[in-house]
Amino acid sequence: MTRISAALVFATLALLAFAPGASAMTIEKIVSPAGIEAWLVQEKAIPLVTLNYAFHGGSSQDEPDKAGAAQLAADLLDEGAGDIDGKTFHQRLENRAIELHFRVGHDAFRGSLRTLSEHREEAFDLLRLALSAPRFDAEAVEMVRGQELSGLRRDTTNPNDLASRRWWQTAFPDHPYGRQSKGTLETMARVTVADMRDYVRRVFARNELTVSIVGDVDAKTAGELIDRVFASLPAKNDLKPVANVSPRGLGRRIVIDVNVPQAVVTFGGQGIARSDPEFMAAYIVNHILGGGSFSSRLYKEVREKRGLAYGVSDSLVWLKNAAVVLGGTATRADRTGDALAIIEAETKRMAENGPTPEELAAAKSFLKGSYALTLDSSGKIAAQLTQIQLDNLGIDYIQRRGAMIDAVTIADAKRVAKRLYGGGMLVTVAGQPKGVTSSGE
Amino acid sequence: MIFKRNVFLASAAVIAAALLTSSLAAESTGAKVADFKLANGLELVVIPDRRAPVVTHMIWYKVGAADETPGKSGLAHFLEHLMFKGTAKHPTGLFSRVVARIGGQENAFTSNDYTGYFQRVPSEQLKTVMEFEADRMTGLQLTDAVVLPERNVILEEQNQRVANNPRARLGEQIDAALFLNHPYGKPVIGWRHEMEQLSRDDAIGFYRRFYGPNDAVVVIAGDVEPQAALKLAEQTYGKIARNKNIVASRKRPIEPTPVSPRSLSLADARVEQPMLQRVYLVPSFNTARAGNLPGQSAALEVLANILGSGNSSRLYRALVVDKPVAVSAGAGYDSNALDMSKFGVYGIPREGVTLPQFEAEIDGVIQQVIDKGVSDEELVRTKSRLIADAIYAQDNQASMARWYGAALMAGASVDDVRGWPERIRAVTAVQVQDAARQWLDKRRSVTGYLIKDTSPPAEKRS
Repeated sequence: MTRISAALVFATLALLAFAPGASAMTIEKIVSPAGIEAWLVQEKAIPLVTLNYAFHGGSSQDEPDKAGAAQLAADLLDEGAGDIDGKTFHQRLENRAIELHFRVGHDAFRGSLRTLSEHREEAFDLLRLALSAPRFDAEAVEMVRGQELSGLRRDTTNPNDLASRRWWQTAFPDHPYGRQSKGTLETMARVTVADMRDYVRRVFARNELTVSIVGDVDAKTAGELIDRVFASLPAKNDLKPVANVSPRGLGRRIVIDVNVPQAVVTFGGQGIARSDPEFMAAYIVNHILGGGSFSSRLYKEVREKRGLAYGVSDSLVWLKNAAVVLGGTATRADRTGDALAIIEAETKRMAENGPTPEELAAAKSFLKGSYALTLDSSGKIAAQLTQIQLDNLGIDYIQRRGAMIDAVTIADAKRVAKRLYGGGMLVTVAGQPKGVTSSGE
Repeated sequence: MIFKRNVFLASAAVIAAALLTSSLAAESTGAKVADFKLANGLELVVIPDRRAPVVTHMIWYKVGAADETPGKSGLAHFLEHLMFKGTAKHPTGLFSRVVARIGGQENAFTSNDYTGYFQRVPSEQLKTVMEFEADRMTGLQLTDAVVLPERNVILEEQNQRVANNPRARLGEQIDAALFLNHPYGKPVIGWRHEMEQLSRDDAIGFYRRFYGPNDAVVVIAGDVEPQAALKLAEQTYGKIARNKNIVASRKRPIEPTPVSPRSLSLADARVEQPMLQRVYLVPSFNTARAGNLPGQSAALEVLANILGSGNSSRLYRALVVDKPVAVSAGAGYDSNALDMSKFGVYGIPREGVTLPQFEAEIDGVIQQVIDKGVSDEELVRTKSRLIADAIYAQDNQASMARWYGAALMAGASVDDVRGWPERIRAVTAVQVQDAARQWLDKRRSVTGYLIKDTSPPAEKRS
């Protein structure tokens, strides 16, 4: 029997064009012969194909004493699969310049594939093997575990990691979000092959799978390629439930002593769910306070006016079962207290007064205009489509987004600013900041 | 805002596609790179990519950290920061506000050989950013009120990039030991004690001496036709007079032939994972050509890939997979340098393997390439990979702009970039072996160990 029969159902369910300028990008919703839904953007200009996909169920599926299991499993997918050992697997990838990447987040496992169109069948075959028949050979497991442990050892004195790790631990004690996907030296050492097989078995399934494919491929071929990878996976995943949770420790400040010249700061508080009707207003307000541009209030006050830091920013982080607003900076030890005071004052000022109408207009204009920059390459488009699918925003989101931004009023912005920044922050500092001590609780 | 990215590929993506196989739709990329020169000496490179309605506009000045006067390390980079502080026509922050309002992104970067500024904007806004960028080529105005806080910013940047990071500290020490005479031995960010003294006058003096149309290259990639871009360039940059202070030839002190292997170790209390890094002094594309060593740079690129790029490379396979004595191991080479370049080898030993033992293992792998050469299979795989990378690069207009820009700053022409796949394709196994024998000579190298400092902490100084 052939793998794919042309007679099977193949439908293009929706066609949506996104055309703010000269070029148009059309997103097609396709269903593969085996019934897997995917979003496709055809782009023939360059002879390559990019695939992006995600399975629900990331490191939040790890047992607390085995944190890092999902991560280690992901690292090992290209270290041997089916009857191909790790060396051969890598050689076959490299011979054809095929790129496979796997990434584990708290909520999802994400992967990407990039190949020249002429090698796409080999590429998709190798990916099928990696996802459906990883070997987890003992030698490969110890090699890759050694690499993870090496990184974790380095983390133990890295101020960036120390500040961030402590922030999440404190905000989400006894919850998967309080643990890093890479685990700890202790838990990573404990992960067994059985743990990894269990992860793969429970997570790699067709029911909560999102697929985006972009590039030099037509709809029919895309469906066939998708089936080549995913059709043989189990129909249903088997995920452990994860509890909804809010960040704790707000109002606390924790100093972690490490001998570095520059103190590294992580700060943050309660965020806003992606599905919340006020999300867009919050996104705009946060852009004004500390979004990545050179115009944010934090950037102006901390860096530009006073030279206290090279970088300072904050952003909304939305997880499936929690939402936070999270920021960071790094500043010299004798001025860390000043930098913290400014960040706290600016956050408070935003909570109390919100943005000005001018700031709101400028931020809207930026957020509308800059979206096209996130869609100017196949790789970026594929990643963006996957994110839109994971966030359940709908295939017409790109078209609707501009109007959603425009609809945010100054009253909305002020209301959401209070909601977002009025609840206090948890601050962690790694370094030896002068005059700054742990406080609260 | 240094982003001193190692661009191991000076890829000429466009032509690569055309050369690869006829089945690849190379022509349809439409990415025919155009190259113009304005009357005032400014060079314009246009890389059309009409897929999305955005453009990446970059200006590259042929001046970098290696052009600084001794004692003023960090000045090229400091000026890069100060270029955001406004002009006679446009007050501080206006340019950034305009870029933000139109939904653009902007940043800047400094290297040994160049300083660059870029904006990524909707294509209909190209002229706006060109006008602003042209204005700040000559119109910069600086006061201590903006200069002094920004000096604190670069000091924090140094803390963040180097002082807080033991690996970066090791890298600085290795560079300083490798270059006996050439300014590449100084860190681009600068030495802290010199950065602390940089002044407004230093910055303005450097600006007047080095910034002008006659040492600038504008690279525009994205949704624009070459002729339209040329017209805009003439209307904006074209109106600026040449800077007579700019000297066409960029002569820096030349390295003597290295005669002694050097080794050093950097001890830092934060090191939980010892590592080894070795750097050899080797030709860049530019110096290989000037020294009548055609093909050497391409051979070094292929050698670096076979030796240390990816899981099938010699170092990784031998030391991480087969033996195994290492957690990681690899190699890299940057063809883009105006003067001599670096070939790097690095790795992290497994627990229980000492750095000298690890070094001996690395030496063994290198010696095998020198003695026995490389296989045809390795050669074919590496070339496919490099040439595929050039096609992948076409997917990203900003990468294309960076690759062309970086190569042009290092003495290459647009034609040289175009010829890159052909040069890679022409490399033979014998050339790779010869390159290993000639350049991976320990006398040309510095080997650095990163180790844990276990001495008791010194008395608190304050």
